[in-house]
Amino acid sequence: MFYREAGDFKTSYRSDGQTFPIKLDRWGYYAVLVVAFGIIPFIINDYWASAVLVPFLIYAIAALGLNILTGYAGQVSLGTGGFMAVGAYAVYKLMTAFPDVSIVIHIVLAGGVTAIVGMLFGLPSLRIKGFYLAVATLAAQFFLVWLFNKVPWFYNYSASGQINSPERTVLGWAVTGPATSAPAKYLICLCFAFVLAWVARNLTRGMLGRKWMAIRDMDIAAEIIGVNPLTAKLSAFAISSFFIGIAGALLFSVYLGAAEVGEAFGINKSFLVLFMIIIGGLGSIFGSFAGAAFMVLLPVMLKNLLVGSLGWPTDLSAHFELMIVGALIVFFLIVEPHGLARLWALTKEKLRLWPFPH
Amino acid sequence: MKTRLIALTVAGLMGAAPAMADLVVPNLSYRTGAYGANGTQYADGFNDYFALLNERDGGIGGEIIQVPECETAYNTEKGIECYEETKDTGALVYNPLSTGITYQLIPKVSVDKKVLYTPGYGRTSAKNGKVFEWVFNAPANYWDGASVAIKYLLDENGGDLSGKKIALVYHNSAYGKEPIRTLEGLAEKHGYELSLVPVDAPGQEQKSQWLQIRRDKPDYVIMYGWGVMNQAAIQEASNIRFPMENFIGIWWSGSEVDVLPVGDKANGYKALTFNGVGMDYPIYDDIKTYLLDADKASQGGEHVGSALYSRGMYAAVVISEAIRTAQELSGVSAITAEQLRDGFENLEITPERLSEIGLPDFGPEIKMSCDNHGGSGMARLQQWDATAKQWNLITEFTEPDQDILAPLVEEDSAAYAKESGITPRDC
Repeated sequence: MFYREAGDFKTSYRSDGQTFPIKLDRWGYYAVLVVAFGIIPFIINDYWASAVLVPFLIYAIAALGLNILTGYAGQVSLGTGGFMAVGAYAVYKLMTAFPDVSIVIHIVLAGGVTAIVGMLFGLPSLRIKGFYLAVATLAAQFFLVWLFNKVPWFYNYSASGQINSPERTVLGWAVTGPATSAPAKYLICLCFAFVLAWVARNLTRGMLGRKWMAIRDMDIAAEIIGVNPLTAKLSAFAISSFFIGIAGALLFSVYLGAAEVGEAFGINKSFLVLFMIIIGGLGSIFGSFAGAAFMVLLPVMLKNLLVGSLGWPTDLSAHFELMIVGALIVFFLIVEPHGLARLWALTKEKLRLWPFPH
Repeated sequence: MKTRLIALTVAGLMGAAPAMADLVVPNLSYRTGAYGANGTQYADGFNDYFALLNERDGGIGGEIIQVPECETAYNTEKGIECYEETKDTGALVYNPLSTGITYQLIPKVSVDKKVLYTPGYGRTSAKNGKVFEWVFNAPANYWDGASVAIKYLLDENGGDLSGKKIALVYHNSAYGKEPIRTLEGLAEKHGYELSLVPVDAPGQEQKSQWLQIRRDKPDYVIMYGWGVMNQAAIQEASNIRFPMENFIGIWWSGSEVDVLPVGDKANGYKALTFNGVGMDYPIYDDIKTYLLDADKASQGGEHVGSALYSRGMYAAVVISEAIRTAQELSGVSAITAEQLRDGFENLEITPERLSEIGLPDFGPEIKMSCDNHGGSGMARLQQWDATAKQWNLITEFTEPDQDILAPLVEEDSAAYAKESGITPRDC
């Protein structure tokens, strides 16, 4: 009743194959875009940018990246934190070495550097899979963090090993550094998130995506029908790492402003992003955003509710946050093992039939 | 669902904002996570001193002090969230007790014009007030600590350390790496041999590091550790029978939680400190009367008198003295963060003033100025008595070797100024 497709006819293959085949979905998508680009930048303040929206967008990009690798291509990875560190250190070296080049170019290049590193660590995937691959990528995580901690060249020989992002501008607007305004921070992350989500959606709909999914579902069968596992797996690693590298670069330069590799890009980051895609839904673009929202927004919301509104002691509420988030994760996965995206799809199915289910 | 979520968050935010009228000193504390055991005690001391001023004197200069607390879990992302959440509520000064969070906040506070006070931690070169206008790290910093430790060892060895071997066991992060340059500079001057032994966070696992120490047989071990790393290191040192008298921790490695788990074997372990220990100070009578007996102490007062509680209290003492100075300078009681910065720059805490507060000989004399945001850097040593279960002060306040430190501070702050495009102020 609320959600119907009566009268929504498709007369061409093109319209039948579009991302949002139902009119209501399409409108919803446009509405989200209008709000995200047209309204939020004018009303956003520092708190909403730094504590809520910027981390949400950055983690959504990282989740998209990991979802390409794990959700679409079926290669389990625990190296996300390490690859984010590659993006962060690449953008730091580029920013400080070429201060006159636009930061947008640096961020994209940092993604490129990460793609190369990701491909390198993806090589074992040609021989091993599943848990064994997970352990190999875990090694990447530890190795990369160790490397950035050990070699002073990466942090420009600073006394403490911290990296700081200097001020860089896009079209005259500061997007990194302390003087960055909340809308500028938000908009640069939003632009990257929008473009990358669009790219990811179309990649996964196309031939490359189908190859990834064939490899994921059964690699031997895929090879028999003509999918080259070498290019399919390595392209998944490269593109996934490209996304994750951009997320790492944004995390360091726009969001944090200073980073210490062990703390900002430790194993916890790998787990966090993995939880995001598991909760959001493996093999789903919407799921990457839903998972990132769940893991970033929920703790902030709970904190504000428990400490801000109810006046609980901070330590008690911090422990409760962990418990509530943990319990919700377990609950969601029991109710719907395929994540929030599947839950959302089911809701849509139900609403389309409502009030006359079969 | 989404709108409800946003509505709830907004409601939460509205509730979180404290009243704007009073002096707001947010406490970015951590009572959870890997470092929670240490952070809790510090946060209690910090809260309690302001609570005491509110209860006993009605605040500072007639203004009640509000100390809204925000949990960071020693996590830089949560630290940023806490900072953004509190900064528009009239917050004057931040003391996050985390070098990582300090590094995030240093550029931000200069734009938002808030004071950042990082006693004994944070960025060492923030001592140079010409570059770091809004950051203060008196009474001592990491490099001061390293130098005081070496000075103590010089005294022990009749002024000669040549040929001695010293190992630095450090938390493999910005915090732990800070003293390396100083110790290298001092090694050149005094001719000892320095070996570096990093421990990855959080540091429960140190078997291989102590194996290396057992093999190298250094004469002394200096430790820059925090949280669970400290007790693991002291335990491992006792396992390899390393003489505890030759084991010196920085002030963040010198609390009860670090030595108590090791029991009697920790006897004789030494640590630096820039504040007094124990409860033989008159202020504790007031804390008992106004807070403990009235059941107003933070967390019921279970940590009153511990080493980290004292340090948290000391940070609150310095901040409150700076607020007092700012009130005198500006002539208004409801000061702004900018006036507080001037208060810090003109801060002078004399031994007489410390006695008045009820903390005689508790900290070194502090005198700050426009170019010196770090005070004298004096620190002293404390030693653990395992049978009495208490720390005893074993030296007087010692001045660090500024010949080595001053050029390092100058060099590092100049590098920061160049990197961030800051023109140093004239002082």
